[in-house]
Amino acid sequence: MTTTSSADNPPEVPPYERRFRTLLDHLVAPILIILNYFGERAIMLGHALSALVRRPFRLRLFLDQMEFVGVGSLPIISLVGFFSGAVSAQQAITALRIFNQERFVGATVGISLAQELAPVFTGLMITARAGSGMATELGSMRITEQIDALSTFAVDPIQYLVTPRVIATTLIMPVMTMVFNIVGLVGAYLFSIYFEHIDLGQFTEQFTYWTDPKDYIIGVSKALVFGLVLSVAACYQGFNVRGGAKEVGLATTRAVVAGSVSILVSDYFLIDAFHILWPYKS
Amino acid sequence: MNQPPTPTSQGSSSPGPDPAGGNPFAQRDERWQIRVRGLNKTFGPQHVLRGVDLDIERGRTNIIIGGSGQGKSVLMKHLMGLLHPDSGEIWVDGIDVVPFTAAEMGKLRRKFGMVFQYAALFDSMNVVENIAFPLVERYNLSRNEIMERVRDLLQRLDLAKVDGIEKKIPPELSGGQRKRVGLARALIDRPEILLYDEPTTGLDPVATKNVDEMIRRTADEFGVTSVVISHDMASTFRIGDRISMLHEGKIVVSGTPQEVLASRHPALREFVETSGLVAPENGEGRS
Repeated sequence: MTTTSSADNPPEVPPYERRFRTLLDHLVAPILIILNYFGERAIMLGHALSALVRRPFRLRLFLDQMEFVGVGSLPIISLVGFFSGAVSAQQAITALRIFNQERFVGATVGISLAQELAPVFTGLMITARAGSGMATELGSMRITEQIDALSTFAVDPIQYLVTPRVIATTLIMPVMTMVFNIVGLVGAYLFSIYFEHIDLGQFTEQFTYWTDPKDYIIGVSKALVFGLVLSVAACYQGFNVRGGAKEVGLATTRAVVAGSVSILVSDYFLIDAFHILWPYKS
Repeated sequence: MNQPPTPTSQGSSSPGPDPAGGNPFAQRDERWQIRVRGLNKTFGPQHVLRGVDLDIERGRTNIIIGGSGQGKSVLMKHLMGLLHPDSGEIWVDGIDVVPFTAAEMGKLRRKFGMVFQYAALFDSMNVVENIAFPLVERYNLSRNEIMERVRDLLQRLDLAKVDGIEKKIPPELSGGQRKRVGLARALIDRPEILLYDEPTTGLDPVATKNVDEMIRRTADEFGVTSVVISHDMASTFRIGDRISMLHEGKIVVSGTPQEVLASRHPALREFVETSGLVAPENGEGRS
């Protein structure tokens, strides 16, 4: 390095300070990335929620999304729910048979469906079907300037596009979770009674004794949170597409991955929190 | 060309109170509807607009030309408040709109209509719903009133004769029809200023000529101020009353078509010569 005069050059940084700054950069950078990741989504969510209390209220858009996310997902939720219930019963019976306690299958499947399987599987199914659809639709609208067009008519694109999707998904998720629960129980019941010849009275008695409304409250509460995180993840990815068709595809992939991971990670913390707040009866 | 405006030189004819304390732009000007001064915009390391000065003439067809990636669309989005500048002023009818809040900007946008490059029609709506969208969103009009205005526009833009046009969805329309539906949507709320973002891109020569005629006719019939972004030089000189060239983030030439054709600016010369509008200069060039 050549030097001209001390006035032209910035003061020399001592080597230890340079190393310290580099270390600090390496430590701070991931934190900034994480904060940025959550911050951007939180800002979008805040904007979408604040738009809820601002006129105009577009009930039709909200109902359209309810129909797309809810009614449109009914067949896949029912199919997955039925087989999940049957498979859970099969696994539970296999394990319980070791202790000669197959009669507890109704309780085991009932609790696991209510607290875990129904909200998580419903969340994953809605992410795959509706979340990907939202990301693709918003992404296509972005690259074809339809979102800019909304702005030119003084329509807030977040209020028009994101708010109905986030609210509809959040509110419909508990309903779909309950559908999953019911169909799952039918699957478990049919498999246990007709294939494994579990006594019908014992199945229902154990189920009603051990399964509490609390289990369903936990499941439904989790479903609300999953609906929120998956719809924000999908809308964020779609809304912020830049480029062309390839980027729309990538955004859709990212929306499904982010939605699924968010559901599974938040599930861990939520169930932990519920078990601390609401200890299980022995 | 593109002289810095003074209170007297550009035909200002509305004296009255001056809310900006002597600022020459802070009053409605009968000749210039939009005046842009020192507009700067950067995207990351890219300095796209580098002090743009631009005047848009009221009731005329103003064309902004320039090569790809020169910032024409960015400039247009600033005019409508879709982008916020890093610095500079945008005066619309004597009011600097840069410091406007989102709500104020929402009201201002009612003065504007925008026709997008590929029309940007809403895929989920049919033609009537697309055209009626601004009315449905802004006013509480009856269905009959809305349909009356939509059908009037369909008639005036030669769309009414297309079979079943009202119920068609955007993918069922041709490129030219999409542009006209986009124009109808921009016109339905009777804007004072119409912005066109490269309206002839992707059209064949006949469709291009039709769109040119449509822009011309719209300006005459509806009395709007038109701002057209284009790099189609034939179109530009066919319909433009005033032409400005954006080059390297600045307006380098601005004036009537004749003034622009006479300009010696190298970027403009290259533009008009490669378009075949004038013969290339050789040696010392023409006078």
